Amino acid sequence: MVKRIIAKQENCIGCGLCEVYCTVQHSKSKDIVKAYNSESPKPISRVTVERNKPVSFAIQCRHCEDAPCVLACLSGAMQKDEKTGQVTHNKEKCMGCWTCIMVCPYGAIKMDKEGHVVAKCDLCQGFDQPACVANCPNEALVFKEVKP
Amino acid sequence: MAKYVIVGASAAGLGAVEAIREVDPTGTITVITDETCSHYSRPMISDFVSGKADMKKINCRTEEFWKENNVEALTGKKATALNFTEKTVQLESGEKVAYEKLLLATGGKPFVPKTEGSDKDGVFTFTTIGDAQRIAAKIDAINAKAAVVVGGGLIGISVTEALVKRGLKVTMVELQDKILSLLLDARGSDIMEAVVKKAGVNIATGQSVQKILGKPGNDGVVGGVLLTKGDQVPCDLVIMAIGVVPRTELVLGSAVKTNRGIVVDNLMQTNVPDVYASGDVAEAYDFIINQNRTLPLWPLAVLEGQVAGYNMAGKKTIYAGGTNMSSLKYFGIPLVSIGLANPKDDPTLEIIVKQDTEHNVYKKLVLKNNVIVGITLVNSIERAGILFYLMKNTLNVKKFKAQLLEDDFSWATLPVGLQRKMSVVQ
Repeated sequence: MVKRIIAKQENCIGCGLCEVYCTVQHSKSKDIVKAYNSESPKPISRVTVERNKPVSFAIQCRHCEDAPCVLACLSGAMQKDEKTGQVTHNKEKCMGCWTCIMVCPYGAIKMDKEGHVVAKCDLCQGFDQPACVANCPNEALVFKEVKP
Repeated sequence: MAKYVIVGASAAGLGAVEAIREVDPTGTITVITDETCSHYSRPMISDFVSGKADMKKINCRTEEFWKENNVEALTGKKATALNFTEKTVQLESGEKVAYEKLLLATGGKPFVPKTEGSDKDGVFTFTTIGDAQRIAAKIDAINAKAAVVVGGGLIGISVTEALVKRGLKVTMVELQDKILSLLLDARGSDIMEAVVKKAGVNIATGQSVQKILGKPGNDGVVGGVLLTKGDQVPCDLVIMAIGVVPRTELVLGSAVKTNRGIVVDNLMQTNVPDVYASGDVAEAYDFIINQNRTLPLWPLAVLEGQVAGYNMAGKKTIYAGGTNMSSLKYFGIPLVSIGLANPKDDPTLEIIVKQDTEHNVYKKLVLKNNVIVGITLVNSIERAGILFYLMKNTLNVKKFKAQLLEDDFSWATLPVGLQRKMSVVQ
């Protein structure tokens, strides 16, 4: 079963650090100041802290089993990796048609800052833990096998 | 070993191939298409015209898709007749292809109203990559400066934007009073109209092309159009981009039942045993109007093809249905329209609207008995999928109705039980 990131709503303090670390992780420089101040194109966070006071929690791509975004994708950019179970997005193939945004039940797919392509959680390929999970100060995000 | 034959290699055909292979790795699959280029993204042909996408980019599957799926692809071959007794598909070349399970995924063909002068050099339709290549080549060959696009809907706006990007002066002609009238109400359409005009496009609504005119001294070549209200518009190209009608020729006069499109049940079966239909040629279920209709949309064609493929391979699957749903990216304004966009006055429907004129933002929901039946989002679409989820699952939104169109609407707005059910939170 694919490992997924899931939020522990009762632990979330709504600080938004997951968004900051996600942005830095997906920046070119991996430097927090440069990522926010000078990089172009501007990196964006693929995780969003949803707030409805007093409740808050972070949400990102769930890597759905039957991912609606993959089926709906007009360009073939959104794919299901059969081996890892992850939903991957190929920026080079993306045509920015927003069809995936229309069908994602989680609202977890975002437009890049220029509005040309979409961006979503890639579970921080190549790292032990996604940046949002590793840097959450109150263990409000866990990375584990969950039913889709 | 099962023998699958699929006529058509676009969205529905591709969805079917993938589904069949999920269930049956060894059966033989033959795909017949009269196009020479296959598994390309039809909605991307406007990006080809604008120059944003090349042939490699518009391929929407892997380069070796047929090979990887062990498909015999008969490209550039036209199916001309079906024989349901001997279970064969006849090709134009005279060959016969035998099937055990047949999928008709022939798609749609451009609707072109009878117009005087439409045989002139410089008149194009806009449905296939072939059309896009011919238009792009023509623009280069004659250094085209102006075009008239007939149709102010989805296809019309896509080709209009592409031509504008190539530096052409475009006039968009739309028979209805508003552009994008199948996707937007008057307020939404007004926003788009203003944006499109700002990009230098002339919009002529409430009329059509009466006559395509020749160039002075060369009547065989497009020189302009005469509109029904009497205006004359000079141009080098005319693009017929009104829409598509089901491509049913192959079954007309046969035992396969047709209405506007091929009639199918919720397994995507036609009335003829072992014959299925999907995509633009079929009349599939619309869960908003609760009846079958043609809906020529790529994502729905893939889903319908997938359902047909599963059923052909023996995995019984019911098509959950789709509805009129499109997302647009043109002229810098993202737009989503799902279900009822502009319903007639109906006391059982409730309408919620939010508008921010300064930022071209317009959001509208149509509700029936507290269930969402229509979503329109102009220039603020990031939460579209959550609303669509609520709509598709016919969830009662009474308790959080007031928040649905707010900027901070999210899964945090929705009930905890639902959040847990969807594994949003632990």
